[in-house]
Amino acid sequence: MADMSRSVAIVGVAESDEIGRVENKSSLQHHAEAAYNALEDAGLKMSDVDGLLSAGFGTLTLAEYMGIEPKYTDSTSVGGSSFIIHIAHAMAAINAGYCEVALVTHGEAGRSARSRAGGNAAEPGPQYEVPYGFIGAPILYSMAARRYMHQYGEDHARQGMAEVAVATRKWANLNPKAYFKDLPMSFDDYHNSRWISWPFHLPDCCLVTDAGGAYVITSAERARSLPKKPVYVLGAAEGHDHGLISTMPDLTRTWGRYTGPKALEMAGLTHDDVDLAMIYDSFTYTVLVTLESLGFCGPGEAPDFVANQRTAPGGEFAMNTSGGGLSYTHSGMYGMFLVLEAVRQLRGETGERQLDDPKISLVHGTGGQLSSTGTVILAVD
Amino acid sequence: MTQAYNKPVPVPQQESDFYWEKAKQHELWLRSCKDCGSAYFYPRDISPCCFSKNTEWVQASGNAALFTYGIVHRAPHPGFVGDVPFVTAIVELEEGPKMAANVVMDDPTPEKLQIGMALEVVFEDITDTIALPKFRPA
Repeated sequence: MADMSRSVAIVGVAESDEIGRVENKSSLQHHAEAAYNALEDAGLKMSDVDGLLSAGFGTLTLAEYMGIEPKYTDSTSVGGSSFIIHIAHAMAAINAGYCEVALVTHGEAGRSARSRAGGNAAEPGPQYEVPYGFIGAPILYSMAARRYMHQYGEDHARQGMAEVAVATRKWANLNPKAYFKDLPMSFDDYHNSRWISWPFHLPDCCLVTDAGGAYVITSAERARSLPKKPVYVLGAAEGHDHGLISTMPDLTRTWGRYTGPKALEMAGLTHDDVDLAMIYDSFTYTVLVTLESLGFCGPGEAPDFVANQRTAPGGEFAMNTSGGGLSYTHSGMYGMFLVLEAVRQLRGETGERQLDDPKISLVHGTGGQLSSTGTVILAVD
Repeated sequence: MTQAYNKPVPVPQQESDFYWEKAKQHELWLRSCKDCGSAYFYPRDISPCCFSKNTEWVQASGNAALFTYGIVHRAPHPGFVGDVPFVTAIVELEEGPKMAANVVMDDPTPEKLQIGMALEVVFEDITDTIALPKFRPA
């Protein structure tokens, strides 16, 4: 593979105008507002954009709605990790000359459009899952969490899940845009909360919000002519190892076992170089299994790795400083918001929750039923 | 048979017709790859292990071990509202493959559900043409 490390940079990021509970705004409106705001942040106009990437909605619908005629499009849609994977795809397209300024957008009225009915039992695989109530992420992911508990100990796993939930909430309490900005959570609150799908308490599960997000990515050269500090892409990797949870090769290892080391290798870095880890937290368990798969710690060690609020504000290991999908926002395919926070932290724009001069962030998305992953390494000079 | 069965019902296709016909007769059948000799789930005419068309149907014993599970407290679909709490599980069949299912029991608790516990298949007739294989403690 050609050496594309540092060849492109993210130059603009934004959410849609309002996020959280936003009644009567369509998912497309969230896309467009976020695109508008991200372009403004980048100091660019929609007429500068020649590449469009998104997931959920195909780019046909999006480009028409936003009034653009892209020369490069990518509708890769593999769940919430898609918007991390789009970074790699935009990097490849820009290097190949297919486009120069790529706009990546996300929008989902996940809360307002919420429908509890679901599940299609007509497809070859799902007809053997959906009829049993294998519907919705909490049930599907609880299968993996229970297996992890069996392998590594229930109390050990539970403590790790609680640490993640509580630490992430503390970050959200510092983020004005977080859904749970004003709602603290103690360990007791966590342990006393209701069950959704055992072993998941309610605070083990991500939010369901209405939100949009977007980022703009261009060549490193062009990035240096723009107003904001360029956030360079040093490494990227993607892929998946199953679709349905019942076919997952190992419920306690994700495809991050490939994408993490591969992205770091491309960046020429190691785990110790990472100043900020943005780890997709659809569930508390997702964080534990991801930290292990990426190689931040060994199998079964994540509960110790996050112990004593090590990932909370002021802790040794900065993680999910926005408040994450658990406590900031999670519209359905959350990966976009990991990128926004990483870029803002690296630029030093996050106010009360700002880390001390971070240079390198590892951003990792998980999608589907722990199925797909994408890892990128972002950095500022 | 339940009069108003309002959960999702499997929709058989050409390569799953046989599975559901046998299930209706309260038998559990699996696809097996003759190239490597391993049974697999879910059924496909072309095997996922070797991507081979050299495959056959084999009858499963119906014996399984509990591999993992969740206890659902919030119904994910209106059809399951009357069932909570209920058990969604992945079971490991004696023949090797794993499949999704329910473990049928009253008032499920983690204490009653030990990973590795022996299970046996039972069938629930849900429509005139479909019976769902489920599992209960053996």
